Amino acid sequence: MRVAISVPAQTPATRAKIANGGLLRVLLIGAAFLYLAFFLLLPLAVVFAQAFAKGAQAYFSAISDQETLSAVKLTFIAAGIAVPLNLLFGLASAWCITKFNFRGKNVLITLIDLPLAVSPVVSGLIFVLVFGLHGWFGKWLDAHNIQIIFAVPGIVLATAFVTVPFIARELIPFMQSQGTEEEEAAAVLGAGGWQIFFRVTLPNIKWSLLYGVILATSRAVGEFGAVSVVSGHIRGETTTLPLHAEILYNEYNFVAAFTAASLLTLLAVITLIVKKFVEWKTEHRNESAVLPEQA
Amino acid sequence: MNIHAVNISKRFGAFHALRDVSLEVKEGELVALLGPSGSGKTTLLRVIAGLEQPDSGTILLNGEDATAHSAAKRRMGFVFQHYALFRHMNVSGNVAFGLQVQPKATRLSRGEIKDRVAELLKLVQLESLANRYPTQLSGGQRQRVALARALAVQPTVLLLDEPFGALDAKVRKNLRRWLRKLHDEIHVTSLLVTHDQEEALEVADRVAIMNQGQFEQVGKPEEVYDHPATPFVFDFLGNVNLFHGRVEAGKASLGPLEWAASENTEQWTGPAVGYVRPHDLEITRDKSGNGPAIEAKVMQISAAGPRAVVELKRTDTGELIEAEITKARYQELGLTVGEVVFVKPLAMKLFAGTPAAEGTTFDI
Repeated sequence: MRVAISVPAQTPATRAKIANGGLLRVLLIGAAFLYLAFFLLLPLAVVFAQAFAKGAQAYFSAISDQETLSAVKLTFIAAGIAVPLNLLFGLASAWCITKFNFRGKNVLITLIDLPLAVSPVVSGLIFVLVFGLHGWFGKWLDAHNIQIIFAVPGIVLATAFVTVPFIARELIPFMQSQGTEEEEAAAVLGAGGWQIFFRVTLPNIKWSLLYGVILATSRAVGEFGAVSVVSGHIRGETTTLPLHAEILYNEYNFVAAFTAASLLTLLAVITLIVKKFVEWKTEHRNESAVLPEQA
Repeated sequence: MNIHAVNISKRFGAFHALRDVSLEVKEGELVALLGPSGSGKTTLLRVIAGLEQPDSGTILLNGEDATAHSAAKRRMGFVFQHYALFRHMNVSGNVAFGLQVQPKATRLSRGEIKDRVAELLKLVQLESLANRYPTQLSGGQRQRVALARALAVQPTVLLLDEPFGALDAKVRKNLRRWLRKLHDEIHVTSLLVTHDQEEALEVADRVAIMNQGQFEQVGKPEEVYDHPATPFVFDFLGNVNLFHGRVEAGKASLGPLEWAASENTEQWTGPAVGYVRPHDLEITRDKSGNGPAIEAKVMQISAAGPRAVVELKRTDTGELIEAEITKARYQELGLTVGEVVFVKPLAMKLFAGTPAAEGTTFDI
């Protein structure tokens, strides 16, 4: 999941060569900045500019709007259930995939990737087909007065589905690279299964795990497609923040729409900062792992 | 503790790692499992530790069947080839781990654990590095931490998987002497896996030589070195020169050489190979005198060190011969590259058959 961009070390000679092509350098860097400004900074600025278009008071009254607040609440409920669920699933699947050999291992790995391969809208439709009124379990659910589609459980299900791969995919390669020797050493020393997990495995993977949680959370908060299909767009009841923003926008209520968008943007910025910190932390640990050997 | 592995077999897919092997390690003994990579020695060690389940066979510990016992229950000390130290714990934490995970009823108090850790770090001479993390230690230091960690739970058996494999020659030598001394002090039954014949012969009370999932020979170091039971053992325990020929009526004719075949002389007729160690070869200038010899040309001499190693090429077959003579003899002969001399074995071990390829076994 993680893309590491490494910049090869420059020798003084290459640096001099690059510096000599002064014009080219200015052009390249300028182009990169223009691109970033146009596609990232400008939209970001527009979001906040539109949100504050009618002053700070309009902004804060839009935030304290009952429907916005309930959208924020629902977003956090969906993420708050989906992410811990996937934390457990990600840990369990990564643990059994990397520490044991069993039949169907490759099938499991492929299935974990499924939500990434399928369009979110299709995942949403699948849930409608299964749990909707005309779906497989529709009659039974209706008879027992349980509503999943066009209600909160459906939104949670859809969010959980699209965030399945994030934690598992983050952990599997990392745990594979660590091998099972430390766990074996712990077992020989008399540790039981839980002791091995909490005292040896978990401390070793905690930063990777946290990284996966961050990725899953940002996806859970921002998910639109799958949630949109199962939500039913009942205002103040089944709209998450992204859905709420879209509804308001379609009603030409730009200030409120961009206020909701600005909340999502803020969440993204916070996520980026935490992500950066975790990356720094993991890198820091890796650095200490390759300290030169002292004899 | 007495370890008795009985008729152990283990497969990994199509690969037959262990073929019906049995081994007994007596209380207080240090046995080395020696063999090339892929010979099954590490698998046997892991089966004994409980890290691997055998497909068939039994592990008896003090006569009791422990085959179904988990690794944790067997309470053996295991030292891994790549140390397997807990990377997020410092040296003390690593050593204390085995004591901390004991069930509450048998666990030592915090203070007692601390004392025990200090005692162990003193034993492995790492008191000053108690707060370091594994990544801040050298290979030899890590290995000693691994040993202290394994010894912390006072195991009745110590299993060592190529413990010095990743260390440089000098550290290796020091550590294995130290290990032998340690073993003499604490008398824990030990099983050591190694592919280094020098290490096995120096450290162990007994050496078990493995090849392709089976034992070739088990015996005292001098026994296996001086009386190798199979060509494989002969070949694996040192450099060797081969002389091909035939045995008939108790006599072996190997080119110009004649040798009395001492074993099973009556029935034995057929192709044979004489195995001679480089230091069992004598180089002379003149052919006359004591019996037939092989004529060979000196190709290369390396005289650095206490003995001179002379590489020769037979003038009749063109095969290469390696001879090792004392410095004094070398100076007395005044050998030069290119001259023709005579080579005579002083001792030889005869095996029947023709070797198919180097490093493979064949039946006697």
